Amino acid sequence: MITAGVDCGAKNTKVVLLKDGEIVAKSIVLSGFDQRAAAEQSFAAALEMAGMSKSDVSNITATGAGMKEAQYAQDTVTEVGADAKGANFLFPSAKTIIDVGAEEGRAIKSDGKGKVIDFAVNEKCAAGAGSFTEAMARALEIRLEEMGPLSLKSQKAVPMNAQCAVFAESEVVTLIHAKTAKEDIARAVHDAIADRISSMVRRVGIEKDVALIGGVARNVGFVKSLEDNLEISFSIPEEPEYVSALGAAIVAAEHAKNK
Amino acid sequence: MAEEYWRWKEYNWHSPDIDWKQAESVTAGVDVGSVSSQAVIMTDGQLFAYSNMRTGSDSPDSARNAMNWAMEETGMTLEDVQYVVGTGYGRVNVPFAKRPITEIACHARGANWMYGPGVRTVLDMGGQDCKAIHCDERGKVTNFLMNDKCAAGTGRGMEVFADLLSVSIEEVGDMSFDVEEEPEPVSSTCVVFAKSEATSLLREGWPKSKVLAAYCSAMAHRVFTLLERIGVEKDFAITGGIAKNSGVVKRLEQEIGFEALKPKHDTQIAGALGGALFAKALLEKERKK
Repeated sequence: MITAGVDCGAKNTKVVLLKDGEIVAKSIVLSGFDQRAAAEQSFAAALEMAGMSKSDVSNITATGAGMKEAQYAQDTVTEVGADAKGANFLFPSAKTIIDVGAEEGRAIKSDGKGKVIDFAVNEKCAAGAGSFTEAMARALEIRLEEMGPLSLKSQKAVPMNAQCAVFAESEVVTLIHAKTAKEDIARAVHDAIADRISSMVRRVGIEKDVALIGGVARNVGFVKSLEDNLEISFSIPEEPEYVSALGAAIVAAEHAKNK
Repeated sequence: MAEEYWRWKEYNWHSPDIDWKQAESVTAGVDVGSVSSQAVIMTDGQLFAYSNMRTGSDSPDSARNAMNWAMEETGMTLEDVQYVVGTGYGRVNVPFAKRPITEIACHARGANWMYGPGVRTVLDMGGQDCKAIHCDERGKVTNFLMNDKCAAGTGRGMEVFADLLSVSIEEVGDMSFDVEEEPEPVSSTCVVFAKSEATSLLREGWPKSKVLAAYCSAMAHRVFTLLERIGVEKDFAITGGIAKNSGVVKRLEQEIGFEALKPKHDTQIAGALGGALFAKALLEKERKK
């Protein structure tokens, strides 16, 4: 049986095709202004990669902030539900799952079988999500991908007072004027966002193992800051941005079996 | 370089009718905010001069610049000022100030002078924070609430929007009423997210004025919830930079159900003015000794 999971994120739209418990194709497309078109494109790209047509797919489940825009999906699953399914598929020992995306951060407590026990979400404020780092990279005038490696070079912790991304941008400018090293500023940015995420994780409680997923898990600087803050290490998948879409594809398979 | 729409005009003013050399007391308040800095000079309790500038990356420099600009063409030098109070975010970094006093106390005191002793609720909408203050007939603070963690409902947030839409910050308010029908407010609280939301609205073909209307009403609502928590007692006055933005003020008045007092002075100098008033009182106390 072939199923698909579509994750309509704030920044990227991801699709995973699953055949009898194995990933056969995945694709990622910028969500841009037209999430509906992005969902179509991403699905078409995944089908092409697998050499399949839409009729081969028995069930499609959508998730993510823009899930209603994937109009071809038969059903939907919450982001938290998809995260737990996807993370436990990859790491069955994971009891705590941290997902940091472009506009949302989540901490989830799972039973290890993909069932959600408790969760906390930060969805109102950019300070606990990837767009915070993005805004700061702009202020530092470096590429987003450089932020992580740069901050690993830092030898000094510089406190960041601002919580709000808008205020932090002014603070970064002040730090630049004060001749603070760019690597120290990059670290300060990651420490700040790690601080926000940590407080959310502590709210649901930390139980090992801990999986870190979502696009921001690719940022090595952020991972280091979060590990230092929580004093634990994480299981991180090779492609952390696809975990929610994978979870949705698993849910699609479960629903298809129950039908 | 691209035009910077958020960059509001800096200015100074002094009274042509006052001969400061005849004054018994010359006092000043310097308000070093996170976005703007003001200096106000009072002679015998009369408003003599003021300035309003952007805060630079260095607080002591910003304080000095604001003070010098207020004194420009008056023949006054720093030695002639008998007592200076520092206030605002950078109040401890005003090198020539004798005392720092919190901006909350200064805004209440300043509003009391500017709007009269009937003021009971002062809403200060500044660059990086927003405060709802209750005060008595002498301008003494009795209670307050503030939002200083988030750009939603602050001047900095409005600057971000002005820049996004390429509309000068002074025009935002009036332009936001150039709509056929009041749109739904933007749903995001966070300015970063509201910016993405506005971008998609523009993409859908919304005119700038409609996007501004949606943002101004979201901001008015955000500030209203802060006011609601503390309660709005008449008379009600608004200070700070956003007080000059009719798009937010009128929508806020609609939510509250009554109007704010009409400003007779520049609303941005309220904090520094309060500082100068405190300075006068402190000077008189010193002289009595």
